[in-house]
Amino acid sequence: MAKQINVSLIGNPNTGKTSVFNALTGLNQKVGNYPGITVEKKQGICKLPRGVKAHILDLPGTYSLNASSIDENVVIELLLNKNDKDFPDVAIVISDVENLKRNLLLFTQIKDLEIPVILAINMSDRMNYKGISLDIPYLEEQLQTKIALISTRKNTGIEDLKNLIINHKNISKTPCLDASVIDVEYFNRLRNAFPNQLLYKLWLVITQDVNFGKTERKEPSIESFKTKSRSELKRLQQKETIKRYQFINQVLKRGQVIDTSKARDLRSKFDRVLTHKVWGYVIFGVILLTIFQAIYDWSSVPMDFIDSTFASLSEWTKRALPSGAFTNLIAEGVIPGLGGIVIFIPQIAFLFLFIAILEESGYMSRVVFLMDRIMRRFGLSGKSVVPLISGTACAIPAIMATRNIENWKERLITILVTPFTTCSARLPVYLIIIALVIPEGRIVGLSYQALTLMLLYLIGFGAAVLSAWLLNKILKIRSKTYFVIEMPNYKLPLLKNVVITVIEKTKSFVFGAGKIILAISIILWFLASYGPGEEFNNAEEIVTTEYASQELSDEDLQHKIAAHKLEHSFIGITGRAIEPSIRPLGYDWKIGIALISSFAAREVFVGTLATIYSVGNDDEDTIKNRMAGEVNPILGGPLFNFASGISLLLFYAFAMQCMSTLAIVKRETNSWKWPILQLVIMTAFAYIVALIAYQFLK
Amino acid sequence: MTISLRHIFLVLQIILFLILRMNLNKRVEFSLADLKKGEKAIIKEISSDKVPLKLLEMGCLPGNEVEMLQLAPFKDPMYLNINGSHLAIRQETAKFVIIEKLVNG
Repeated sequence: MAKQINVSLIGNPNTGKTSVFNALTGLNQKVGNYPGITVEKKQGICKLPRGVKAHILDLPGTYSLNASSIDENVVIELLLNKNDKDFPDVAIVISDVENLKRNLLLFTQIKDLEIPVILAINMSDRMNYKGISLDIPYLEEQLQTKIALISTRKNTGIEDLKNLIINHKNISKTPCLDASVIDVEYFNRLRNAFPNQLLYKLWLVITQDVNFGKTERKEPSIESFKTKSRSELKRLQQKETIKRYQFINQVLKRGQVIDTSKARDLRSKFDRVLTHKVWGYVIFGVILLTIFQAIYDWSSVPMDFIDSTFASLSEWTKRALPSGAFTNLIAEGVIPGLGGIVIFIPQIAFLFLFIAILEESGYMSRVVFLMDRIMRRFGLSGKSVVPLISGTACAIPAIMATRNIENWKERLITILVTPFTTCSARLPVYLIIIALVIPEGRIVGLSYQALTLMLLYLIGFGAAVLSAWLLNKILKIRSKTYFVIEMPNYKLPLLKNVVITVIEKTKSFVFGAGKIILAISIILWFLASYGPGEEFNNAEEIVTTEYASQELSDEDLQHKIAAHKLEHSFIGITGRAIEPSIRPLGYDWKIGIALISSFAAREVFVGTLATIYSVGNDDEDTIKNRMAGEVNPILGGPLFNFASGISLLLFYAFAMQCMSTLAIVKRETNSWKWPILQLVIMTAFAYIVALIAYQFLK
Repeated sequence: MTISLRHIFLVLQIILFLILRMNLNKRVEFSLADLKKGEKAIIKEISSDKVPLKLLEMGCLPGNEVEMLQLAPFKDPMYLNINGSHLAIRQETAKFVIIEKLVNG
């Protein structure tokens, strides 16, 4: 039979669900989004014996079918909608052997929806270690299911699981519990009103605020059953939880024996140090420093390599293709644009590597625990630490990482302040300006330039924290404040998982943000390569006559022509138009152009200045020398002096110059209000700070 | 009707009794927020409106044992082992979980 078996993987977070997914599908997987929302949708194909194929869907981790986030909603929406093309023929609930009791809660809920469920007990290699023994036949009988004991670490049991998937038709659909025990009278009324519907499904439709498939919406009368007040419903949900645990406890009393005398406990030894009031913070600080050091040190080699490769590729294209507008578009627009994306791959990959290791090992939850109280003082959550750390690479994945913050106000504030953290795109700008305006020299062994860079990171972080504090005072959002975080066991990260995560995340960065950066660089190229009127079209003639008296080399003359063309191109005209508004900050129209173009992405700044200052190659030293030689047209003296340099640094520290971030904020907050506010307020603030700095220092 | 000394006495007695009972209740009723590092307790009662369902689902139910594993500075948040589930919650939630301390674990 050609039909694929639809399989959904469901389970609590930290049960190794993703490892099982990786084990079943290998690299045969694709990651996308659910339509309309940014929840990651991971699916893949698993080849089973006898030529059968299974379509595996890795659903977001959840502790129960009572959703408290958009990620968890996805699970319920799928399980309640029989017409969804992904609706499972069989569901696999993945449980951690040490937390079987808690994992069975979710299992019994899915069972009550009369979907065939396989129970996969993962990390079974740790059973001896923890002194756990299980009576599998008894559990299978009581839970009306088939159980696969698996270990993704030792790679055992996966074949058994595949066999169970093939024979999914033999798995019982009978529920474990009778849903009506929750409130007999209320459920009888429900049963009478909807005799053809599954009781537990009705109950979920009533209690959950989720979007159900169109078919379910056709039951308007179900609204009339929401008569119970919110708190009454919640009490019933609590009662449901208690009933389920009673059943589970009763089953496990015989089915599971834990000999605590045999159990060994590494967790508490690690926790004693890693969550310690003093040592916990010291170790966290050391880990952070190591990560920063590694990201900047290790990625500089591949980054330089990518930079030079793209430069020579661009040159090669110019030589190899017949000259003309198309070649120029490729060589000056598309290739540098692509280079601008690819150059960030090493840093992003390293950052995701470290974050994946911290998450997989279970350490991230300890950081959340350590930082929660401190972050809360500023209206953030302990869980905001993860986005703020990731933000030093790129705000885009960082903002996506805010999703597990349950409290909407804390999450919104985190999203709004994350762009203040010094992302890797600011780095090229900082480096070149620091080299220009900060004197070399040392104070107690530290160079002024390095100190300035560090100060800029601190300013970014300070701005994030202070604006969070302000937003916390201003925003009048009342959302239920609660904070529950699981502290998972420490685990040695699985290499396969880490590698797949890094590849997937990097890919989605390159293709997601990359598309925008590429589009902008093509547009920029057009605006910079074409212009209206005489001045642009006859640039060659005008410049040649102007410099006729001077003995200029051919090369110099070409540079002068290019510079003249740029000045009168569409982008040059725009730069001149905004010049009056940026002159008080100490900038001229050329910097103005760079400011405009770097709105798309900050790192475009250096590239734009490189073009404007008629430098053919991307060699930083040459750009630096040219920039140092620029003269302020009004005051005389170098254009990039201490005052205008500091003013520029501060402008870049605060301004919201990243279209991709704005797009992500729009998607995550589902409104244009927040990204627009972010853009206006951050840029206005940057302008004011830069203005004050320049006026004081000049 | 005149208010005699006896009446005043009676009222005073009632007030005294109420105060005593309140204090007594206070002394008996501990919440999770009162638990010190290393102490164990049994969960007695959970105020359903204040405690998120998620916490119950993770095993925070009446009758279950809870152990305080670690406290962050200012005792907030707190790192607990509830019925085999290891989790961290904030004080604001912990004070709505009524417990009975177990002596010496």
